[in-house]
Amino acid sequence: MPVALVLVAVALGSVLFHVLSPWWFTPIASNWQYIDGTIIVTFWITGIAFTAVVLFMAYCILRFRHQDGRRAAYEPESKRLEWWLGAITAVGVAAMLAPGLAVWGQFVTVPSGASEFEAVGQQWQWSFRLPGPGGRLGTSDARFISAENPLGLNPGDPNGRDNVLIVADDLHLPVGRPVKALLRSVDVVHNFYVPEFRAKMDLMPGLVSYFWFTPTRIGTFEILCAGFCGVGHPQMRGNIVIEPEADYRAWLQKQQSFAQSSPQGQASNAR
Amino acid sequence: MADASVGGMDAAPIGGAHDAELYHPRSWVTKYVFSQDAKVIAIQYSVTALTIGLVALVLSWLMRLQLAFPGCFDFITAESYYQYITMHGMSMVVYVLTALFLGGFGNYLIPLMVGARDMVFPYANMLSYWIYLLAVIVLAATFFVPGGPTGAGWTLYPPQAIMSGTPGRDWGIVLMLVSLMLFIAGFTMGGLNYVVTVLQGRARGMTLMRLPLTVWGILTATVMALLAFPALFVGAVMMLFDRLLGTSFFMPAIVEAGTHLRHGGGSPILWQHLFWFFGHPEVYIVALPAFGIVSDLISTHARKNIFGYRMMVWAIVVIGALSFAVWGHHMYVSGMNPTFGFFFATTTLIIAVPTAIKVYNWVLTLWRGDIHLTVPMLFALGFIVTFVNGGLTGLFLGNVVVDVPLSGTMFVVAHFHMVMGVAPILVVFGGIYHWYPKVTGRMTNDVLGKLHFWVTFLGAYAIFFPMHYLGLMGVPRRYYELGEMAFVPPSAATLNVFITVAALVVGVAQLVFVFNLVWSLFRGTPAGGNPWRATTLEWQTPQTPPAHGNWGGSLPVVYRWAYDYSVPGADQDFLPQNQPPAARTVPA
Ligand code: HEM
Ligand SMILES: [Cu+2]
Ligand SMILES: [Cu+2]
Repeated sequence: MPVALVLVAVALGSVLFHVLSPWWFTPIASNWQYIDGTIIVTFWITGIAFTAVVLFMAYCILRFRHQDGRRAAYEPESKRLEWWLGAITAVGVAAMLAPGLAVWGQFVTVPSGASEFEAVGQQWQWSFRLPGPGGRLGTSDARFISAENPLGLNPGDPNGRDNVLIVADDLHLPVGRPVKALLRSVDVVHNFYVPEFRAKMDLMPGLVSYFWFTPTRIGTFEILCAGFCGVGHPQMRGNIVIEPEADYRAWLQKQQSFAQSSPQGQASNAR
Repeated sequence: MADASVGGMDAAPIGGAHDAELYHPRSWVTKYVFSQDAKVIAIQYSVTALTIGLVALVLSWLMRLQLAFPGCFDFITAESYYQYITMHGMSMVVYVLTALFLGGFGNYLIPLMVGARDMVFPYANMLSYWIYLLAVIVLAATFFVPGGPTGAGWTLYPPQAIMSGTPGRDWGIVLMLVSLMLFIAGFTMGGLNYVVTVLQGRARGMTLMRLPLTVWGILTATVMALLAFPALFVGAVMMLFDRLLGTSFFMPAIVEAGTHLRHGGGSPILWQHLFWFFGHPEVYIVALPAFGIVSDLISTHARKNIFGYRMMVWAIVVIGALSFAVWGHHMYVSGMNPTFGFFFATTTLIIAVPTAIKVYNWVLTLWRGDIHLTVPMLFALGFIVTFVNGGLTGLFLGNVVVDVPLSGTMFVVAHFHMVMGVAPILVVFGGIYHWYPKVTGRMTNDVLGKLHFWVTFLGAYAIFFPMHYLGLMGVPRRYYELGEMAFVPPSAATLNVFITVAALVVGVAQLVFVFNLVWSLFRGTPAGGNPWRATTLEWQTPQTPPAHGNWGGSLPVVYRWAYDYSVPGADQDFLPQNQPPAARTVPA
């Protein structure tokens, strides 16, 4: 009896905790409400499965607990029942996988109109790069890094000259426009994570990774590093300011380009 | 199924029937220290693993104290916190659980359950333990070397693992890699033994489809480990080269604090592939033996055959095979080609089906059973609850797009602790309470056992269930302090304190367990040969604890499957596997 009751309490307690606890998603600030939707579908299906299994166990314990003279049934298998249960499970799994894959399809397909920015990670700070009037990000490599060229832009690439560099400062982005984040690390693995945007992706040294999102809410959001990168990992924070287009333009005007900030950026002028 | 239970000897003339020449110890040292008897080796493995388990448990207290009361403990610095995390995680997964299930339970149970006198290669088996012990000593030594143990996280991701922003970069990481290589070498010697013994050493009549599920679980897990560990081994060799010889297997061009390192052209993502090609199967290397053992616990203590034995065997084998095709789910946000996500999400969610079938068959074994709520049974029930919980949150993390917000958060920590920390540990406890009478000849104390169960089960659930919601909110893992985070309400700090208190209580409850084991060794009620009235061969030995050679004068002959409980018409509610069919006369 007590064992069955505890199991019922565990099942119902978990459901109540889920419903009543104050800890939940942060309010979303990007287009990835589909991800939240898939999570909610998954909560429903898995929640039902969990409660059903635990309550069934509780029932069995209550009903089939040993008493004098009781003897268990002898029932080696039941093909029909096993296949049925397997099939129901497969349906439940498909009901989660299908929307999941559909949303993943969107997640990996960057819309053609998306603008770009680059986030560069190093132990333990964030820097950013935006295309200039030319509209393109120049190539880069960790080998080019020096005091004058902290983000390692290729001095030989003319596309890099007008790129806007934001070293260890806040990034601004316009609201409502899809952006593709290009991610690059100069030392170890980091991870660009803004909880309100839901999306995240590693910065993998040696390659450029990416993801895209559309900021939907004006405000300042904190960038966390979600990939363990050494002792300073929890301190590796940055800010991303989402603002109306006009404010964004005004901010962008005030930033320095590679050519303005570094003799190397001018060197590429000469070539 | 009828033939599985009543088929006679003629169904299965197989190898291993002839009596092998047995090695005999000559002195106290060869009997109890450098022993070649699998039962002694099993105890050596288990005691060593449980000891490290206690160390890893203490490390988890320290981490929890730091998370609940940041800044209150001067000796817990960021460096030491990351060293605790790494040593806790690696110890628990490899040196505790893998060693316990395969080296401990595997050694003790395989020969006894298949009806053999010992493992087929006893000398290699002995070496296996001593190399394991050496691996453990090297691991423990890292606490005392300059710079201390590595703080790279148990995944040891390069480049960070061998760079100076990570603690233990000088000695810690080198010794960790060496220790892992030793572990793998030692395990291989034991593992080959387990596989060959199951395949070649079975008693007459013990067909594969009459093996207890414990043996199936351990066998499959061992085969998997033999295939998976080499990936970690080569990774460890390469990383050692990168660290000591300056090669660049995993090291691209890197600028560390303004300085160009003399590396270039390597790929850190290659390590992740190698690591998780090992790391994911590793989850099942721990889970499959637990699946097997828990099946036998449930069947024995519910006095009912395991429901759907054949499906259970197939599920174990299919899960084992599929688990080599899902490692990429740990790398969804690693920057690997995102198209992989479609493949790995699909394979990962497919595994849910055979896994769910196992769960159904466990609970259907309870249905219309004769349930004895013994201590081993309670642990088995606790396993089902925590395993189902943790398995279901795996469906979140496996479903690639859902993993995007959750990966790297406390949700992941909660998930894997539930599914591969708490659930298998509960089976370890259940298994120890179940087989302790066979190993020592005495019963453990029931009251202490129940106390241990309730505190551990409810406490562990209280630690890890609410933790998911911190992760859902976005709290990252591997943060030694949260600091200010605008989206985290102050109530989260309260929750962290609650979790820590629960962790301390659970930790203390383990002392009850240790006390019970030691106390019962001297004061436990004598158990007799088969206190649980179980069918499998280990309970039918002529002596308890089984003597060297296990079976006395003649090897057992097997007439039936492992699950003849409550057979209609039989006068007892269990028929041992070596009991001849009633209709026949006993063969001479
Ligand atoms: C009461 C028992 C336990 C407690 C309180 C506990 C607590 C913790 C804590 C606080 C962390 C660090 C989380 C973070 O900040 O990222 C952690 C990490 C970890 N634990 Fe446990 N743990 C327990 C048992 C186990 C068991 C039985 C296993 C066996 C699988 C295990 C495996 C791990 C692993 C693999 C990590 C990850 C280490 C890393 O991030 O590199 N733990 N645990
Ligand atoms: Cu980081
Ligand atoms: Cu995995």
